[in-house]
Amino acid sequence: MNKIEHNMSVTAGYFPVLSAKQKISLLIGISGLFLLLLSLFNIEMPNTMSWLIISLLMLIAGISWYGFESYKGLPKGIKNNGVWFRSLTNKGVLGWITAVFLTLFYIVLYFYPQYLGFQESGDNTGLIALFDPLSKLLNGNPASQWFVYGTLYTIAIFSFGIKFIFKYRHNRYEVIRTISVMFFQTAFAFLIPEIMARLNSTLPYTDLKNLWPLAYYNFEQYRVDGYLNSGTIGLALLIFGLVATFIITPILTYKYGKRWYCSWVCGCGGLAETAGDPFRHLSSKKRSAWKLERWLIHAVLVFVVLMTSAVVYSYLGEDSSKYWLTKDTFLIGVALFITIVFALFFIFKRNELKKDARYGAIGAFVIIVGLLLLHFSTGNTLFFIPAETLKKAYGFLIGAIFSGVIGVGFYPLLGSRAWCRFGCPMAAMMGIQQRLFSKFRITTNGGQCISCGNCSTYCEMGIDVRAYAQKGQNIVRASCVGCGICSAVCPRGVLKLENGSPENRINSNDILLGNEIDLLSLTTKK
Amino acid sequence: MEHIVIIGNGIAGITAARHIRKKSDKKITVISAENKYFFSRTALMYVYMGHMKFEHTQPYEDWFWKKNKINLKEGFVEKVNTNNKTLVFTSGETLTYDKLIIAVGSKPNKFGWSGQDLEGVTGMYSKQDLEKIETLAPNAMVCKRAVIVGGGLIGIELAEMLRSRNIPVTFLVRENSFWDMVLPSGESQMINNHIKEHHIDLRLGANLKEILPDENGKARAVVIAETGEEIACDFVGLTAGVSPNINFLKESGIAIGRGVKVNKFLETNIPDVYAIGDCAEQQEPVNGRRPIEAVWYTGRIMGETVAQTISGTKTAYQPGHWFNSAKFLDIEYQTYGWVHGLGGKPDYEEQFHWKHPQKNSCVTLAYHKETNQFLGINTFGIRMRHEVFNRWLNEKKSIDYVIENLREANFDPEFYSGFEPFIKKAFFHLSKTLQK
Repeated sequence: MNKIEHNMSVTAGYFPVLSAKQKISLLIGISGLFLLLLSLFNIEMPNTMSWLIISLLMLIAGISWYGFESYKGLPKGIKNNGVWFRSLTNKGVLGWITAVFLTLFYIVLYFYPQYLGFQESGDNTGLIALFDPLSKLLNGNPASQWFVYGTLYTIAIFSFGIKFIFKYRHNRYEVIRTISVMFFQTAFAFLIPEIMARLNSTLPYTDLKNLWPLAYYNFEQYRVDGYLNSGTIGLALLIFGLVATFIITPILTYKYGKRWYCSWVCGCGGLAETAGDPFRHLSSKKRSAWKLERWLIHAVLVFVVLMTSAVVYSYLGEDSSKYWLTKDTFLIGVALFITIVFALFFIFKRNELKKDARYGAIGAFVIIVGLLLLHFSTGNTLFFIPAETLKKAYGFLIGAIFSGVIGVGFYPLLGSRAWCRFGCPMAAMMGIQQRLFSKFRITTNGGQCISCGNCSTYCEMGIDVRAYAQKGQNIVRASCVGCGICSAVCPRGVLKLENGSPENRINSNDILLGNEIDLLSLTTKK
Repeated sequence: MEHIVIIGNGIAGITAARHIRKKSDKKITVISAENKYFFSRTALMYVYMGHMKFEHTQPYEDWFWKKNKINLKEGFVEKVNTNNKTLVFTSGETLTYDKLIIAVGSKPNKFGWSGQDLEGVTGMYSKQDLEKIETLAPNAMVCKRAVIVGGGLIGIELAEMLRSRNIPVTFLVRENSFWDMVLPSGESQMINNHIKEHHIDLRLGANLKEILPDENGKARAVVIAETGEEIACDFVGLTAGVSPNINFLKESGIAIGRGVKVNKFLETNIPDVYAIGDCAEQQEPVNGRRPIEAVWYTGRIMGETVAQTISGTKTAYQPGHWFNSAKFLDIEYQTYGWVHGLGGKPDYEEQFHWKHPQKNSCVTLAYHKETNQFLGINTFGIRMRHEVFNRWLNEKKSIDYVIENLREANFDPEFYSGFEPFIKKAFFHLSKTLQK
């Protein structure tokens, strides 16, 4: 054996060899991307629409064909060979390059759209101008950076979704779930809002599936005014936004767990499950990460409640002339609602909360209701900070930096669900419900677990699934988005996502099967 | 304070340590020569395949042991002196105990083949074996062909590992069909085909004659006994089963047979010395089980059981109905109750076999010829609920009942189309034909 070979074994014993077709598909996809980038240099393109369509089609074709070629001809099954050896998927050079590129893209997109060619007034240039014809076709207006982003985002979910379907074609749950996210992204996030904008110009851009509090801006004044000025359809959309958050979401989360949204409908989840799939194993499984997650995500939820209350409060009238809701009734309503929700949790689910969760809940309650009450005694500046400042801070810190730059830019470093796990207030809200009032759980299969750890490794939310499975305990965790990959990668058929009776959901099997006697009860007896 | 010393930090030893800690404040020391921290041996294959990193095979974070006051000691025990309750390490160190739990697991079998200890030859059991394989067979350039000797569960896993790096594999299986001593023939044949589907050169009915060395004393080829064929290779994996790893106990006075002999309380012939897991040999096995079972969950149950006894509640080892699972490349396998292959099939056992015409899914249900009592089930490519079969076996349900209610036991992910209607139809069609 010579030295070189031995070296290779230590660092990279695994070399994926690209087939000729994979090389061609990569060539097509990267050329498509290159054409898009080329437009940044304001090169006169003969016919922008054709250029755009050619480059987008090349992107889609390249990615999906590459996905198809990667799994074609292989027996159906789990395809994780070499995941931890590859530069891209194990934080190597390619992983870092991708992370830096994505992060820079998000920074430009959020803070410097002019570099992409966006012009506040006057004709767009560069990349944005390339998208103008498509934008005009769909909604009648020139493109904005968000139109470009939305198109590319949809293409990513769509093409990488096809790759994901090939990868998991043996698993119907994964196939159907992926078709669902592809559909909701293409129809609800991309096509319908554009077409609605064309039909009704006063209507604010509305992605029906993007619910408050994820869509933290949903009840800002310009949007509410827009809805109210757009007749019945506007009013219906406004009411739908409220109903979706406060009625539909709790019902569906009760029946199916938060997965109905997070891994079947949501756009952030959709990107994480498709384009982000190669990075899912990079999420931290440490207990310290779980601790951070619990404090951080619930803090964001408190923040969004306060911010939204302040914003809505700021534009409501003193009397009921413009909006039927006055400042005071609104504040009392919010305080009452939060008190009722909090009281219900404490009356019925007190015993299921660990000490830190109780402190956290009491803290959150005191902060919100305290500030609301404070307002009555001190007068008009709610929360001491002007609503506009709160809104800007939230939009910058959470909306842009957290969900965009870190959430997607850091895919190759923190895994695909960093935003969903640590920051998303919608996930936080549904998570609390999933943990306490839901039929959803991941059932473990008796004594079959061999503690191998595939489930924990591939959990994008960083849940230590094995810790539960090896005890024969069902997994009922606030953060679980129900992607089903733990169940798919389990070599022993131990895990199953299920909606069942809420009774005994958490400790359905106290004893690990296989033993005739109830050892656990002996253990707990002391 | 009583000092409990456990030799071996596999699933049996670690489970014992954890459960003793749950029930008592005794001083606990766990000794290992393999790795300081507990890891899941069954996951080693995934490290080589790049599915996981070694750290992912460790079910507990490093802080866990200190927090639970379980002392971890690295070292290799050379001698056990039961008279003065002292362990002697190869380093010369000694350690005294009040109670000793032997949980040293297994080692790969070697049947005295010529060349079995050459460089380039290894079993696939320990972390050190894995490191050896990583060096000997890092890729298809260094290892142009690998030969695996022994067609059991570890053999097929090793084949899967090597194939994940595109290394050509020849797989020597002594039996005429893969694992047919355990699996009924329909299942065994399906696995034969699946092995070939993965481009593994499967040689059935082939025994190893010898392993030939090159001029540097490294394995260069194997010779097949039946045909005399010489197969050039750079790596030989010996996977012809495992046996208890108990050589170090020979002069200890602890009674050993194939394993450490224990009674149903997992006690050896020496007071205060217990043995659990793969290395324990039951003198009165129960529920049709074999005296030595190198299975993950029996190690776990023995660990739980001995912890009760040591913490003051004397408890017998009572494993319930036999069950197990495995994965043959892409095909998952589960078994509940007893379904026999060629090995030890009783006269009264009748079997009903169903296989999907195209897919790699099949089931075999065993039942009593006269009483129709359901005895067990093997399933391939279909997941089943342990809890349900455990209940049905306890309640001694009939085969008709089980077939009729098979859907209740299904554990496949949501949206999977169940094969139960087809199985049911085939079964009742068959029994009608038989009645005529």
